Amino acid sequence: MSDQNKSNKASRRKFIKQTGVIATALSLPSILTSGKALGAPTEINMLAWYGHGEADIVAEFEAMHNVKFKPKYYAGGDNMLALIAQSPPGTYDLILSDGEFVQQLDKAGHIQQLNPSDYPFDDFIHDDFKKFPGHWRDGNLYSAMIRFGFLGVSYNRNAISEKEAMSYNCFWNKNLKGKVGHFDWHLPNLGTASLHDGNIPSPFNLDSIQWGKVQETMMSLRSQSGGFFDYGGSFNSLKNGEMLAMCGIGDWITGALERDGAPVTSVVPEEGGLQWTESYCIGKGSKKAAIANEFIRYLLSPKGQVKSASMAAYPAFCVTNAGQAALRKDNMFEAQRTGQIEGASNNPIKLINDGRIHYRDIPVQQSLEDWNDFWSEYKSS
Amino acid sequence: MIFSNWLRRIDGYALTWRLPVIIWQVLFFLAPLVFMIAMSFFLVKNYQMKEAFEFVNWVKIFSKGYFWSSYGLSFGLAFLATITATCIAFPASYCLAFKLSETARRWAIFFLIIPFFTSYLVRTFSWYVLLAESGVINNIIGYLGIGPIKMLNTMFGTMIGYLTLTLPLVIILQTLSMASIDKNLIEASHNLGAGRVRAIFSVIIPSARIGLIIGALFCFILSFGDFVSPYYLGGSNPPTLPILIIDTTKSGQQWPRAAVIATIMMVTLMLVALSAIKIAYKKR
Repeated sequence: MSDQNKSNKASRRKFIKQTGVIATALSLPSILTSGKALGAPTEINMLAWYGHGEADIVAEFEAMHNVKFKPKYYAGGDNMLALIAQSPPGTYDLILSDGEFVQQLDKAGHIQQLNPSDYPFDDFIHDDFKKFPGHWRDGNLYSAMIRFGFLGVSYNRNAISEKEAMSYNCFWNKNLKGKVGHFDWHLPNLGTASLHDGNIPSPFNLDSIQWGKVQETMMSLRSQSGGFFDYGGSFNSLKNGEMLAMCGIGDWITGALERDGAPVTSVVPEEGGLQWTESYCIGKGSKKAAIANEFIRYLLSPKGQVKSASMAAYPAFCVTNAGQAALRKDNMFEAQRTGQIEGASNNPIKLINDGRIHYRDIPVQQSLEDWNDFWSEYKSS
Repeated sequence: MIFSNWLRRIDGYALTWRLPVIIWQVLFFLAPLVFMIAMSFFLVKNYQMKEAFEFVNWVKIFSKGYFWSSYGLSFGLAFLATITATCIAFPASYCLAFKLSETARRWAIFFLIIPFFTSYLVRTFSWYVLLAESGVINNIIGYLGIGPIKMLNTMFGTMIGYLTLTLPLVIILQTLSMASIDKNLIEASHNLGAGRVRAIFSVIIPSARIGLIIGALFCFILSFGDFVSPYYLGGSNPPTLPILIIDTTKSGQQWPRAAVIATIMMVTLMLVALSAIKIAYKKR
């Protein structure tokens, strides 16, 4: 073998050695920062309305407990039920449900029992919330209410006065022709029509005559209707003035706009308003039930309640007294705007106690399908 | 015996080249189509799909007035978009094909392709700035004492969205079709005394017929199945078939009923496409 060949061999060996060293050096940072080396965050699968898995709500908890939320968002309770029904048990660790759908989740066996002593029920701002309908079965707790809000008349202050907005009749105002928007979900819209028809105290428990009348009322609004919108669409159409009043929403949409200075607001009319309620459940079969439970406890702590009430996506009311007090201390403007102060005319507890608020429910004497069918018919008419 | 004869007749070389397309079509078109049709006979119980062979979904959809309203609306709007896009595109394509140099035509086609570089959803949302009542167009016509005119959340808004989606494509197809016409034919028609208009109707349109019809067909297909424009620019007011599909799946998880609507849409598009192709390739 010639010297040149020897030197070539030596150089190839040298090359392989050097590239090995370089490759190891280059991959070292990724090895060191890989999940295993640092302790990978535990992933928590969450099924919720938009906004609940965003940084303003979960970031602090994620940092505190080395967890990472993986949210899947839905719109509407039946949409949520469908998503769960088609997933294997244990897919979702945390399920945020509209209050009226908890009983369906429980009935279908999708959620597990909770321990009431984990949560500050004694501090809840209203007795109804301590035993919220559908959240308990046979004395056992299945869901913890974390926030709520009201649906009524949402309107542009430059288009109609507060006095006009205090009745659902304002939706039929000639000046609002083609300017009344709908949140595209049958429950809040038909519930509103039911309240307009005076079906109190049970706007969702309608016999066939009442149901027929509600359909008539809704149909009479069609010529006023300007469109059907999802969350983003409702937000945009009110913001750019395309819609001057919206049916089926409340401060949860206008609140965020109002905070930004848009001339829109929401009121609970004389005929009454609907309450939407958001409650957390833990999915049956979840392997992360303990940390999921910890998150619910966090949201019910004063700090968590402030975060929830001021959520960037859409605001809500606190459910605990300590939460309200913390909100007043932390963000008096928001507390005042939403009436979460003593003596305010729009104080949520006062409105409930005055009998002007009715908890949103699923139809009692008709099926959800009947209501949805009518909603499709209404939209197409 | 018959099978072995059949096997012997197969051209292996041709089959090898065609195989990827055949596999692709079977896996990603035929199989999902068959599954969708089968699904239309399934049932939903407690928000879960159960395999079955029942006609209940078909009966339900066919008996609903709102389905037929949506069907009529979707077909009508797609047809209107097709006519509008074809008419708007024709003069532009004529100009590109006959009045511009080869280089200028290439640049024009390049510029027509550029809109496809951005997301259709983004292009749709950008219309908000122009069409809103407080938007650019209403502000301009406001100076003339006109308006404001409601354009968003109307069928006009939907139509604008459809044209945003289809017009560049229709112009490109028409231009390529017209550019390939033998110019001698046009000159011959002029020599025989035909004016410009007569030449268009007697020579250009018949010669470019296939391209014109295929362009129109694409416009119809894309508009008929579009969800974005009628939802975001039309305000779902009233809903078209794609919106009805979404509504059906969103509430109650009625995928089988959505499959019925989708199957009807597919059949409609097949019939329209076959008719269009028949007209396009009809011998004079």
